[in-house]
Amino acid sequence: MAKRESNLTNMVLTLLVITLISGGVLGYVYELTKEPIAKAKLAKKVVAIKGVIPEFDNDPLKDMNSLNIEDKFTIEFYPAKVGDKQVGTAVKTYSKKGYGGPVWLMVGFANDNTITDIKVLEHTETPGLGTKMATPAFIDQFKGKNPKDFKLKVKKDGGDVDAITAATISSRAFSDAVQRAYDNLEKKGGSDE
Amino acid sequence: MSSNLKIFTKGFFTENAVFVLLLGMCPTLGVTSSAINGLGMGLATTFVLIMSNIVISLIAALIPDKVRIPSYIVVIATFVTIVQLTMEAFVPSLFNALGLFIPLIVVNCIVLGRAEAFASKNGVFKSILDGAGMGLGFTMALTMLGALREFLGTGKMFNLPIFNEHYGMLLFILAPGAFIALGYLIAFINHLRKV
Repeated sequence: MAKRESNLTNMVLTLLVITLISGGVLGYVYELTKEPIAKAKLAKKVVAIKGVIPEFDNDPLKDMNSLNIEDKFTIEFYPAKVGDKQVGTAVKTYSKKGYGGPVWLMVGFANDNTITDIKVLEHTETPGLGTKMATPAFIDQFKGKNPKDFKLKVKKDGGDVDAITAATISSRAFSDAVQRAYDNLEKKGGSDE
Repeated sequence: MSSNLKIFTKGFFTENAVFVLLLGMCPTLGVTSSAINGLGMGLATTFVLIMSNIVISLIAALIPDKVRIPSYIVVIATFVTIVQLTMEAFVPSLFNALGLFIPLIVVNCIVLGRAEAFASKNGVFKSILDGAGMGLGFTMALTMLGALREFLGTGKMFNLPIFNEHYGMLLFILAPGAFIALGYLIAFINHLRKV
């Protein structure tokens, strides 16, 4: 087949047709995957909430309320209840001090504001170094601590947090995120409804 | 038939994208911190390569010469976005691990390189073979590099512990280790090619 000539009409028409078809195909795939993507994200959240709060029987996603700090950075509060009694709050929090970008955590607080557990939701820290913040060896030191008398700063900065070796920045970001969760939980009045 | 076989196998050894042509270095060095990541990235690229090779070999004759590169890029970008959305929907954990590197497949020189050098001049069947060979060769290289780095860095291979993580050389998980490991692998492959 002879090549089509590179004149203006041909070129514009070719590109138009190609982009139109591509756009159509992508729209279709987007519609197709929209629901599974939303579901996957939601499932991750529910798993994280279950991971940080021991037991509850309500649907925290329904009772969620959020606090928009700035564009794209929102702290979310998920009250966990057994019957009508609140047993704790899972807080989705962030820190922008991460080594490779923002760090997102799910922090569980009991009613007296002690930390029940923490899960790392998203991060872009260095593999093998900063990623260790998702291991129990690091997270366990926060369990059962009340930020009121557990200073959420690495020891180097005069706090109580044992930083991960060679990942002080990631440890700082982690502590910063937990601190932010605590501060805003306090501000909101925490568990009092 | 033997020429078809050659088209398929050249991507593994004589014209391996990573070890011989040294193309696609960005994802090669970036995502190969573990064998699984390398494998995932390789397969995603293979899919894009095969699909874009098919489409481009079909439409190449209809595209005016002066707009062929933008046309190819649109086709490639479409398939990359399809891969990205599908991965995010059905294998979110792999999607999180590969992250930024999925959209970067668009600018992977191998994909555009095969479109321009092979698919635009050959028929559909040969283009599929070429895409599959090149893609799987790329996958093989990425998986080898990933496995080597994971093994030296963390003492694991495909997440299976082989020796204690404490003795791992962290360097190999980080960027400089990628260069070092790749250098030794290329030296080794070159040695094999000479023998």
